[in-house]
Amino acid sequence: MPRRAGAPEVNAGSMADIAFLLLIFFLVTTTIETDAGLDRMLPPIEPPEEDVIIKQKNIFQVLINKNGQLLADDNIIGLKELRVKAMDFLDNNGDGTCTYCKGKKDAESSDNPTKAIISLKNDRETKYGTYITVQNEIVGAYNDLRNREAQRLYGQDFTDMEATYLNPETPSGVRDELKEKVKRIQDLFPQKFSEAETSTSN
Amino acid sequence: MSKFAKKKSGELPAVSTASLPDIVFMLLFFFMTVTVMKDSTVKVENTLPNASEIKKLEKKDRVITIYVGAPTQEYQSTFGSEPKIQLNDKFASPSEVGDFILMERAKKAQELQNVLTTSLKVDKNANMGLISDIKQELRKVNALKVNYTTYEGDAFNNIN
Repeated sequence: MPRRAGAPEVNAGSMADIAFLLLIFFLVTTTIETDAGLDRMLPPIEPPEEDVIIKQKNIFQVLINKNGQLLADDNIIGLKELRVKAMDFLDNNGDGTCTYCKGKKDAESSDNPTKAIISLKNDRETKYGTYITVQNEIVGAYNDLRNREAQRLYGQDFTDMEATYLNPETPSGVRDELKEKVKRIQDLFPQKFSEAETSTSN
Repeated sequence: MSKFAKKKSGELPAVSTASLPDIVFMLLFFFMTVTVMKDSTVKVENTLPNASEIKKLEKKDRVITIYVGAPTQEYQSTFGSEPKIQLNDKFASPSEVGDFILMERAKKAQELQNVLTTSLKVDKNANMGLISDIKQELRKVNALKVNYTTYEGDAFNNIN
């Protein structure tokens, strides 16, 4: 008798096993990575053509010793005070030219945010964790001030604006619009942050 | 004789597993899309420090990674327990960092060569001396954009 039912059905019972095998392969060989961190620019190795003379009061010097202690402008301070101290310094507005600053206008501290420089120096034996904490606090001081200005001008946080701007999934129309705003806020408090070469411990 | 034969007790109908492959495939596709391939095995202790003011590293093809930390248990007998630099799959000295960066840069597409970021994945117990040496080397080859890769968290957890 000829078969009329057509080709017999292929047993698909092992499909799940095959899929599981593939799944496990991908689980093992891949990682869910969302790398994030503190972005910094290193200074170029060629020294600038002309020496720039910077007034001592426009430099906020931060030293970290090998035990992780901090010296900021010749005072020993705790790590938790650093952010406030750095913000006070940046926001000081000593010469009164900065219209958006809310600082104390202390003549002994920085002239205005565009001139204020934070200088960081560390020992060769400083722990990396401490160094990152200090970096984080200084970047945090800039971000807090920029957030304040962004809130005043555009009603949103600078950090959010920047994250949206840097996100490749943001439509280009929105990005172009944000670009100018981000640039403007960055110019209000430019990140002038120098890192001296490390000292050898004695 | 009843017309309706009693079903045999204790015999449950089998659960259909026909949709199991679909479920597994769904999982598979999820993992295929959200993960990336591991590029190298990390041979050093790599507990990154915490920081709160972080920015995401977008676009993986523009990143060169340098690992720093003490060698893991299995390598300690040969390489000691002092923090070391790991480039790709092998341990290296600070002087090799420059060549490594140049080599990796040459592998990338022409238009990406100027926008590369160096991601420093450094164990939080490493000393800054080694990092300073790396930074000097990076400056020599003009790879100035660095990212200190960290976990998100309270930065004060780093000190203990």
